[in-house]
Amino acid sequence: MRLKNIKHNNPVKTPFRRKIQPYIYLSPVMILMSLLLFLPIILVIGYSFYDNVLVTPESNWVGLENYKYVLSDKVFLTSIKNTVVFVVFNVVFHLLIGMTLALMVNVKCFGRKIKAGFRVIYMLPWMFNATVIAILWKLLLNPNGVVNYLLMNFNLVSGPVEWLSERSIVFWVLTFINIWAGYPFYMISILAGLQGISSDLYEAGQIDGASAVQRFFYITLPQLKPILISIAMLDFIWTTQNFSLIWLLTAGGPSHATEMMSTYVYKTAFTSYQYSRASAAAVIILLACVVLAIFYVKNQTKED
Amino acid sequence: MKTKLSKRILLMAGMIIAALFSGLPILWLLSSSFKSNKNIFSVPPKIVDETFSFDAYIDILTDPEKVRFFINSYVIAAIVVAATLVIALLAAYSFSRFTFRGKKVLNTIIISVQAVPPITLLIPYLVLVVTLKIYDSYLALILTYVVFTLPYAILMLTGYMNTLPKELDEAVLIDGGSRFRALWGVLVPSCVPGLVSVGLYTFFQCWNEYLYALTLTKTNEMRTVPIGIASLMGQYAFEWNQIMAMSILGSLPVIIIVLFFQKYFISGMTAGAVKS
Repeated sequence: MRLKNIKHNNPVKTPFRRKIQPYIYLSPVMILMSLLLFLPIILVIGYSFYDNVLVTPESNWVGLENYKYVLSDKVFLTSIKNTVVFVVFNVVFHLLIGMTLALMVNVKCFGRKIKAGFRVIYMLPWMFNATVIAILWKLLLNPNGVVNYLLMNFNLVSGPVEWLSERSIVFWVLTFINIWAGYPFYMISILAGLQGISSDLYEAGQIDGASAVQRFFYITLPQLKPILISIAMLDFIWTTQNFSLIWLLTAGGPSHATEMMSTYVYKTAFTSYQYSRASAAAVIILLACVVLAIFYVKNQTKED
Repeated sequence: MKTKLSKRILLMAGMIIAALFSGLPILWLLSSSFKSNKNIFSVPPKIVDETFSFDAYIDILTDPEKVRFFINSYVIAAIVVAATLVIALLAAYSFSRFTFRGKKVLNTIIISVQAVPPITLLIPYLVLVVTLKIYDSYLALILTYVVFTLPYAILMLTGYMNTLPKELDEAVLIDGGSRFRALWGVLVPSCVPGLVSVGLYTFFQCWNEYLYALTLTKTNEMRTVPIGIASLMGQYAFEWNQIMAMSILGSLPVIIIVLFFQKYFISGMTAGAVKS
């Protein structure tokens, strides 16, 4: 009925114009995304099949050569392994810490202001970008820094530890720093989810005599499941792409101990100028993220 | 009752330990920014020592080269927020108020492009930016950031508009008003909370971006705060106090957003994961 009215009021508008109207509103997005998202994707896939791209005007189709090279490059294989381990540890610990903190600031036995204060403190690492976090931890973990001072003072280590250049520990130091930097997003999201759970469920649980632990496993966890799945998947995607923190802390070193797929691409492109191989590695990362994204999209659209 | 008290003490202890875990490094960042550089590693370490001063901040704010980093970051972020909001509003209007062929496909595309890793697009971006002769300019970063922040902004605003009754803007159309008026005169004012959330989140992303700012700019006149901070690391013999002061100054807008616009910011940040 309304449509008829509109038609009546705007007799000049042809059905065709009305039909294309939604596309007109979408045109800026479609133009921007085609030029700056789809075109670059096509370009990078193209580069990955040619040799010597960008450095010489002559480059030839080499098929899968660049992929073969990259996938047999020990450094790239190390970077895949590092990325997978890094991502898995980050997601698991983000989830554990985020959940613990969210549950702690959600309890009823403290006043609102106390809880709000703690919540802000827990959010602190999130207010600083990767550059600041990298530099801050360089200061803290400096051989003469405060962390070594405290550990030596309590006799936990005998001498200053080179946290960011000692090959055997640097990967775990980096993982720890990224866990520290990233848990607030989980805490905030889980907190939002917790506040959305109806208190009726908990009352019913209490009447049935469920213990706090049982209430957590039978009410809280199942209710939070959709949120936990989507934040974990977002984190999988984000951490796989992580570049700045690693680049600024170790640049993938020492001797590739913290090499990630992203630092491998960056170095291959911008320090070795091997754009073809870098493109092939970049496409491999894209494929990994597409696989993750398919799960994410399925999860996000199934409830719509 | 007694167990309840012991439980509360245990819980409080846990909360304090967690607060030390997240807060102490930040406290050290703040504390170091007030020290003189020669006292950064002095033993025993003190939170506040006798060299407490604002000198490091004054040094940063009186150095035109470093102030330029801040101006660049603010200008770029402001333009990106405005552009992203306008473009996303138009798209959200279309998604929320029309049914059309390809809507579902487009929606899925917009959700999935969020997973495209920035590192994958870096090489072709550099090529495009050089080809368009906008290397080392505001425009290069602005275009990049608009494209990267758009998908999330569109999804958020579409979600927000879907919660507003259709009657609201259809009334304008029935009265003979244009779609333009329905959108800008009626829908946009009702969307303000959603726009604030999306705007803050967009600002947050631009402000913190590192990889593209590093690659698509070259001169100090065009570099943004994250690159500026990182460049302090190699430039001199580690002016730690200045690096920390610049880090604090560079984080100030985000700290203010989180402290004073917490509600909007959190809803903007978590809406992707937490679906109502």
